[in-house]
Amino acid sequence: MSKVVLQQTLLGGQAWSRRLRRNQRLRLRDVHGRACVSALLYNAHDPLERYNMADTLKAQFTAFLTTGRVLYSDMGRVLCSIVADTCGWHDTMSGTGDAVAARAQFGDGPYQTLRNAFHRNARDNLLVELGKHGLGKRDVVANVNFFVRIGVGDDGGLAWVRDNSPAGAAVELRADMDTLVVLSNTPHPLDPATKYDPPPVELTITEGPAAAADDPCRLSRPENGRGFALTEAYVAEMHTSERGS
Amino acid sequence: MSFKHKPSELDPAAATVDVTLPAGQGWTHELAPGDVFRIVDLEGNQAVDTLFFNSRDLDERYSATETIRTQANIYLTTGTLLMSSEGRALLTIVADTCGRHDTLGGACSAESNQVRYALDKKHMHNCRDTFLLAMARHGRGMTKRDLPSNINFFMNVPVTPAGALTFDDGVSGPGRYVEMRAETDVLVLISNCPQLNNPCNAYNPTPVRLLVWSKARV
Repeated sequence: MSKVVLQQTLLGGQAWSRRLRRNQRLRLRDVHGRACVSALLYNAHDPLERYNMADTLKAQFTAFLTTGRVLYSDMGRVLCSIVADTCGWHDTMSGTGDAVAARAQFGDGPYQTLRNAFHRNARDNLLVELGKHGLGKRDVVANVNFFVRIGVGDDGGLAWVRDNSPAGAAVELRADMDTLVVLSNTPHPLDPATKYDPPPVELTITEGPAAAADDPCRLSRPENGRGFALTEAYVAEMHTSERGS
Repeated sequence: MSFKHKPSELDPAAATVDVTLPAGQGWTHELAPGDVFRIVDLEGNQAVDTLFFNSRDLDERYSATETIRTQANIYLTTGTLLMSSEGRALLTIVADTCGRHDTLGGACSAESNQVRYALDKKHMHNCRDTFLLAMARHGRGMTKRDLPSNINFFMNVPVTPAGALTFDDGVSGPGRYVEMRAETDVLVLISNCPQLNNPCNAYNPTPVRLLVWSKARV
């Protein structure tokens, strides 16, 4: 077993952020099933560089994320790779809910009456967590929704897919550069649930090796080979300049 | 696949703005509530990368995911509300003779061209450079931080039920247009796409015509 750096339960409704060092792994486990973990990712040293949904999808000719795919930044680099996934489909097109969506779906859920069971939403959670890093509204972009599958019909219509994430489903990210990860464990607005009850998600961070020459994420597309080359050149350049200063 | 086409009643002769934007160039313009804005694909199959901002509060900007989620559909056409990051409609598409527009494909950049095509493509002109220059010239301090996922008018990026995503040949044609009404004070930011590496512009980037019917002056 590789060394565990952190193990933590992300409660339903909770937000979280942390800088992953290059080659650390972050595993998310949907303990009871039907979770939605909305995620944004940034270059830990320069958060102006951030996850880019469009570049991620275009480079890999895909509309969803699973093992072998990578999460591109808007600077042509690989922030994180998906190195393991028992769920099979993670959404990155349908965004997050906000306070208005939560009220429409679950009714009023204020802190005043519900205390810490109040209805938190991903939009507000992400803003809170981003604020801790000096970031804000301008830094919110199209996000990843781990454990969520939204089906797309021939006419482009969306439908939430039941049972995409069974109890115990897990996905593991490898940071391919130092990455700030911001998470919100809150219901997806297209999930038809009418009771506000987001399930807990287990987070585990471990150390691990760098992507090898035959890494499946690197080899899954020729585009990813170039993405890794650009990322590794950037990491080497950063490392050299740190030693030189 | 056939698309619904809805033509407009507006007369280009009565437009208050009527400009032609060559491929590879950017454009910014402020719309007032009620203004109607039309983009004409003059020669066909030209991707027009577009962002909208609340011009009174630039932190509120077009959100691809809010737009997709609100209408529960990934394609844009007549009736689509172009939603902001604050969950408000910035504009409504009121006419469309193309029938389908993309908001998943984003904008090309020097860096993503390297990933997608070859490491030696970094010098090629791209939409993000156009956006950055147009924002710098606009003079309100906007930078790359102000570039979320955009709209690609006239671009066809179909998604299959199995989750494949491709850049397909366009579904537009010469003279097709899309028209939208501003629901608030809106800053328009456009890059007329210079991409030469994929079929989004049919490998031949061409000019578009931009028209505004200003409510105050009609």
